[in-house]
Amino acid sequence: MISKFTALSAFVGFMFFSAPVAAQDHGHEDAHYEDAHQNDAHSNGANTVESHSSEDHHDTHDTHSEGHGHADFVPASDTEGRKAVVKETVKHHLADSYDFHIVGPVGFPLPVILIDNGLKIFSSAKFHHGESVATVDGEHYKIHHSKIYKTDAEGTMLLDEAGNHIKPLDFSITKNVFMIMFMAVFMFFLFRGVANTYKKSLVPSKAGRFLEPLIVLIRDEIAIPNIGEKHYKRYMSFLLTIFFFIWFLNLAGMTPLGVNVTGNIAVTVSLALMTFFITQFSGKKDYWMHIFWMPGVPVLLRPVLAVIELIGLVVKPFSLTIRLYANMLAGHVVIMSILGLIYIFASYTAAVPFTGLTLFLYVLELLVAALQAYIFTMLASLYFGAAVEEHDHH
Amino acid sequence: MDKLINDFSIGLFFWQSLVFLLLIFVLKKYAWKPILNAVNEREQSIEDALKAAEKARLEMESLQESNEAILKEAREERERILKEARDMKNKMIAEAKDAAATEADKAIVSAKAAIEAEKTAAIDELKNQAASLSIDVAEKILGQELSAENKQTAMIGKIIEDVKFN
Repeated sequence: MISKFTALSAFVGFMFFSAPVAAQDHGHEDAHYEDAHQNDAHSNGANTVESHSSEDHHDTHDTHSEGHGHADFVPASDTEGRKAVVKETVKHHLADSYDFHIVGPVGFPLPVILIDNGLKIFSSAKFHHGESVATVDGEHYKIHHSKIYKTDAEGTMLLDEAGNHIKPLDFSITKNVFMIMFMAVFMFFLFRGVANTYKKSLVPSKAGRFLEPLIVLIRDEIAIPNIGEKHYKRYMSFLLTIFFFIWFLNLAGMTPLGVNVTGNIAVTVSLALMTFFITQFSGKKDYWMHIFWMPGVPVLLRPVLAVIELIGLVVKPFSLTIRLYANMLAGHVVIMSILGLIYIFASYTAAVPFTGLTLFLYVLELLVAALQAYIFTMLASLYFGAAVEEHDHH
Repeated sequence: MDKLINDFSIGLFFWQSLVFLLLIFVLKKYAWKPILNAVNEREQSIEDALKAAEKARLEMESLQESNEAILKEAREERERILKEARDMKNKMIAEAKDAAATEADKAIVSAKAAIEAEKTAAIDELKNQAASLSIDVAEKILGQELSAENKQTAMIGKIIEDVKFN
């Protein structure tokens, strides 16, 4: 199942990344149709086509606002220019977005919800993919670097007294929010479906056959050893939800849709904070004793240890946040940068090894997707375990 | 760090927290509880089944043992009954022999006694008959010969002598 999924996603991934470049090539095609060795190159991935065009005369091309909304055609000789294109693509790909772009011109706008002199709800279609100023109830807004800013009617960003650009409070259903909601609904139906199969028979069937061992794994390998037989049941819902939520969203990030939910700091902060609060609220006497007045060490050392423990208290959610965020973000960046190298080098010699390397990294990222979910769940249960632990006092 | 803070979107944080908390509660009710219960139930039933199988195996073993014991007992019983029967037979034969011997002895004794009695009676009878015959003879002789005295005396003497020999 996994391998099929990998192969399929990898394939779709290549098609996706090559799309904007291919689109540019097509713009090019009319002018240089007679050029040698062009036709076959188009059929297999398009990225390498550019090799022939280095000595071409560069006519002006239309802006291709579809795709990632970046870039005029950049000739292969202009390595710096192409680097900038790749950089922009990667950046755009990682950033949140106000509309859900699928491929080429296909996509749909999402609702924008702003709190700025009252609630303002409108479709992100008003921004025309970030190219125009949206006017709502007499206020003007513009998207700049994937964020909404207040502007005047001409699109000049307004400044506050301190000289900063004004950003309205933004509760928009962005691409990431949409994916989170979608994943929540997906998980609800998936796991409710699994739960329902048990009504017929205690033997798992369908998706349950694959998911049940994972659920049991989290119970037997994560929750019980770390939290203990006595308390683990209370935390199972959280641990299971967080594991599958992170894992599925990591995997969704591996699809060519460019969703980067778990690589977004707001999401990981939220997950880590929940873990933090659950830990503190389930802290027993022993837990607080071990933080503020460590038993078994000289009394003079105890305040020092308390300071260190308090720092540890804050560092734990911080490390949870950064670990997941950085891992997922780095994975996306590396894969896209290596794919981008094909575009920058623009030759068959580069295309073959870099495609292979990307495939390798892609498979590695699939592993990382599961691993990060596992680690997050594992650490969360470790913290819960420390909070509910009862020591026998000596 | 600045970039991290700049990347942080309050809206996304809000929605993520809200949706995730809702997801936990909804999944807890509709998925995790039924799934974990089902898994527990199944594990319990497997454990129970294994225990029951073990119990059945032990029972089987003890049953076999008791069967063997019963069989052994039955064999012993049979042996005992056969032995008793044999003893009984021997005893009966011996008793019968004894009884027969006693009876036979008794019969012989009574037969001997009868024979003795008969013999005595026969001897008596013979004696009597001999006496009466003697008398008869004597009468006759006496009737004819007693005329001569010497003959009488000889006769009487002869008779007495004969009687004595008897």
